[in-house]
Amino acid sequence: MLKRRFIKQLLNSLFDLAPIIVVVLIFQVLVIGKSIADVDRLITGLLFVVLGLCLFIQGIELSLLPLGESMAYDFAKKGSLFWLLGFAFCLGFSAAIAEPALIVLVEKAALSASNHHQIDSTETASAHYALGLRFTVAISVGLAILIGVLRILKGWPVYYPVFCAYAGIALITPFAPKDIIGIAYDSGSIATATITVPIVTALGVGLASAIKGRNPITDGFGLVVFASLMPMIFVMIYGIAYA
Amino acid sequence: MLEWLLHIGLKLVEVCINILPIALVISCFQVLVIRKAVVYPRKLLIGFGFVLIGIVFFLEGLDMALFPLGNLMASQLTTPDFLGNNTELTDRVWQDYYWVYLFAASLGFATALAEPTLLAIAIKVQQTSGGAIRAWGFRISVAIGVAIGLALGTFRIVTGLDLYYFIIVGYLIVIIQTFFVPKLIIALAYDSGNITTSMVTIPLVTSLGFGLAEAIPGRTPLVDGFGLIAFASLYPIITVLAYAQIAQWLGKRKHLTNT
Repeated sequence: MLKRRFIKQLLNSLFDLAPIIVVVLIFQVLVIGKSIADVDRLITGLLFVVLGLCLFIQGIELSLLPLGESMAYDFAKKGSLFWLLGFAFCLGFSAAIAEPALIVLVEKAALSASNHHQIDSTETASAHYALGLRFTVAISVGLAILIGVLRILKGWPVYYPVFCAYAGIALITPFAPKDIIGIAYDSGSIATATITVPIVTALGVGLASAIKGRNPITDGFGLVVFASLMPMIFVMIYGIAYA
Repeated sequence: MLEWLLHIGLKLVEVCINILPIALVISCFQVLVIRKAVVYPRKLLIGFGFVLIGIVFFLEGLDMALFPLGNLMASQLTTPDFLGNNTELTDRVWQDYYWVYLFAASLGFATALAEPTLLAIAIKVQQTSGGAIRAWGFRISVAIGVAIGLALGTFRIVTGLDLYYFIIVGYLIVIIQTFFVPKLIIALAYDSGNITTSMVTIPLVTSLGFGLAEAIPGRTPLVDGFGLIAFASLYPIITVLAYAQIAQWLGKRKHLTNT
């Protein structure tokens, strides 16, 4: 059974990459009209991506997802606000820390920051900068999930916290160093790419269905967007503090 | 071969350190707060092992394929050869780069439309809206949103305009739309933008932005290269809200003509 699921997931991952390959090929052949150098390395790399994605998603579905769901259920049943909020924070924090796309982004950000002499061009300095960035993002995702869970419990409309975050971003951006803004704006969506979305959606929908008077659709969703807005604010603050 | 194995081994250690926090958090809560035995400990461990090896291969593949691919497309679509030799590099206007916008838009459209998570959500939306919002309409409006977002984002990199203005204007549109759409769709529309930016699209789009910022005179990767992902997750919100509004309006009209 595991083998069949593995093959299915492998095909799914291949399907994930297919639109990219198709678009690139069409442009390469019809518009650019040149052959790509180093094709075999590209193909090997793409196969690695497919294999890695397949194993990763399979692993998440076996471990993190059922565990997160059952824990969210247990905490909702426990009825202790303190523990539920604590769990929400930790879940958001650790999901963001584990996000592979975020690891890649902060490395890229640190690399270009050291190339432009924003930070020392030593390896420890850029590792320090990258780790700081990742922790900032993870803490803000944790906080966002905490506030989002509070929103579901209180039954506030979804757009209250979102509009507040919009206002925060609009107010802080003019004060942030110019070279952190792009990283900050991207970090939010990147922190909520692969692990966070299923876990957080499961948490939100699970909570909203467990609480009387909440609708899973109108109340359960909306956690992800908030989790992607908070890092924008916090990374800009990080940039201001670092400068 | 040995060198490669060593390289993979080092990467595995690095990933282990990266994943440690989430494993710690979950086990602490499980042991200290919930105090219940995990139901399938073996399945769990196998899952974690899969995650670790998966990330190692994924990161390796990124370095070998997705990053170079984004860079390659950016540089190929901006070389003087491709744009025609008539104008000086510094005299170029933003219209000269129209293939870049087209490429970004088609990439966004195709990846969003094929995203499996989006498909699942689209079906859910159709059910809860009682069929007023169609799954296909929802998916296509998200895809159009991502396409518009990426095209605008590359346009911004080419022109070097401030990221701030594009995002704030987007926010204002979302705020205004929120007051006019059916309440049911708001939360889903908000989340739809983030759902489409997956692990595969992020590295490709990021390196496309970086490549463009490097290739176009007067741009620096650190200031101009980032931001594409932010575009790709904001603009779908606008198109989905717009679609919901149109669907509602059409539904009302149909209802009126029927009675």
